[in-house]
Amino acid sequence: MIEVKNLRKAFGEKVILQDFSFRFEVGKSNLIIGESGTGKSILIKCMVGLINPEEGQVLYDGQDFLKMNFDGRNAIRKQIGMLFQGAALFDSMTVKENVMFPLSMFTNMPYDEKLDRVNFCLQRVNLENVLNLNPAELSGGMKKRVAIARAIALKPKYLFCDEPNSGLDPKTSILIDELIEEITQEYNMTTVVITHDMNSVLEMGDNIAFLYKGNKAWQGTKSEILQTTNKDLSEFVYATKFLKQFRDRLEKG
Amino acid sequence: MNPIKLFYHVGQYWLMLRQVFRRPEKRNVFWSRFFDEVNSIGVGSLGIVAIISIFMGAVITIQSAFGFSSPWIPLYAVGYAARDSIILEFSPTIVSLILAGKVGSSIASEIGNMRVTEQIDAIDVMGINSASFLILPKILASVFIFPFLICISMFLGILGGFVLGVAAGVVTPTQYVYGIQYDFRPYYVTYAVIKTLFFGFIIPSISAYQGYYTKGGSLEVGQSSTRAVVYSIIVLLLFNFILTQLLLA
Repeated sequence: MIEVKNLRKAFGEKVILQDFSFRFEVGKSNLIIGESGTGKSILIKCMVGLINPEEGQVLYDGQDFLKMNFDGRNAIRKQIGMLFQGAALFDSMTVKENVMFPLSMFTNMPYDEKLDRVNFCLQRVNLENVLNLNPAELSGGMKKRVAIARAIALKPKYLFCDEPNSGLDPKTSILIDELIEEITQEYNMTTVVITHDMNSVLEMGDNIAFLYKGNKAWQGTKSEILQTTNKDLSEFVYATKFLKQFRDRLEKG
Repeated sequence: MNPIKLFYHVGQYWLMLRQVFRRPEKRNVFWSRFFDEVNSIGVGSLGIVAIISIFMGAVITIQSAFGFSSPWIPLYAVGYAARDSIILEFSPTIVSLILAGKVGSSIASEIGNMRVTEQIDAIDVMGINSASFLILPKILASVFIFPFLICISMFLGILGGFVLGVAAGVVTPTQYVYGIQYDFRPYYVTYAVIKTLFFGFIIPSISAYQGYYTKGGSLEVGQSSTRAVVYSIIVLLLFNFILTQLLLA
């Protein structure tokens, strides 16, 4: 479980996160949703230590990550898998080398065993015959899937996904969402997903926090979100024409 | 650059070096990366170093021959002057300046591109010291391979002077060979190698610093690459002066 308490981050005068607290549950997809520029990516970067917040705590199973030294943080990070917005695959490596990278760095497995694990992870994300391709030869959706395979190679306890379906078509987006959902349950991970895609919210929102102007404006589940009375959240949820029409029809019965 | 910014960058550079010189995560991965860098920096630069050294050696020889037109100066002085110019300054300094352009810009753009595409963040999040993982093999490979490149450059420079100088008819083979042996001081080679060890550290570390702290997109990667070359050259020339004072004065 990850718990964030009273997190505050500002860049100069501009306050990005203000007193943000939230509990990320084990075995669930925990979603941070909100409009662009509300501080979602900053939040996730504070949680994994890529950015240092001014105040607050990030507790990984009770241990305060922000108070740890360099080596302590790295010990926690070895249990983290992360899917970046642009996949962040290593350009100079093939798909096989990308997925094998964490195994080579942190295990003493023989090569054949590592290769078996790489094949298993790639099959798990429904990718075949891509072992020797370079990231530049993959489509956006394939890159994301390879990044997920790399993230789960070491069976992490925590999975962070920064806008996993940005830039993908709706069908591929659903595939990625389903994959994250399945993997979360399979490995009983604490998964943190940042998104502003309502399909993802309705697909995997077990535990949702709505971020608005750096504050947590709402918290609930996917079944509660459509009935929200929170004005800002309602504007966000029903921003698309499709969902607006859906709401109007529901209201008309 | 204003002095406060200069202090900021010097401080941040030292902080980066502190991270760089931490124990590598995994020794076999480190050595594999080290040899990759030796191949990329060393073998990859061999062609340009060879071409420049041969032609510069030839030009130094021909210019010396024309400069020494007085009958009081023996012709073997051409070989003598070419040898000392090549060993003392041309090979260690000029070739290092050229390597600053080739190797420096390549390091800065590679690491800068990794920064703006979040590849460095991905390494950090995995719990790997990205500075040490990416930069340490480059610095150590450069420090290791630069002296070899410079020695090859010395040899090819002197050889180029001989072959092309004789072909141009400005010096005879006997005079040139006598000249390059006349009053030879092995310490000059030691001096050149010591300088090169420093340059082998300066070029990749400054270039990696520029790349590692790149912010923005591809435009900024290009700017980092340019800054890497410019600052490497400035610091290299400064150290060339300091080391010459210390080692030869």
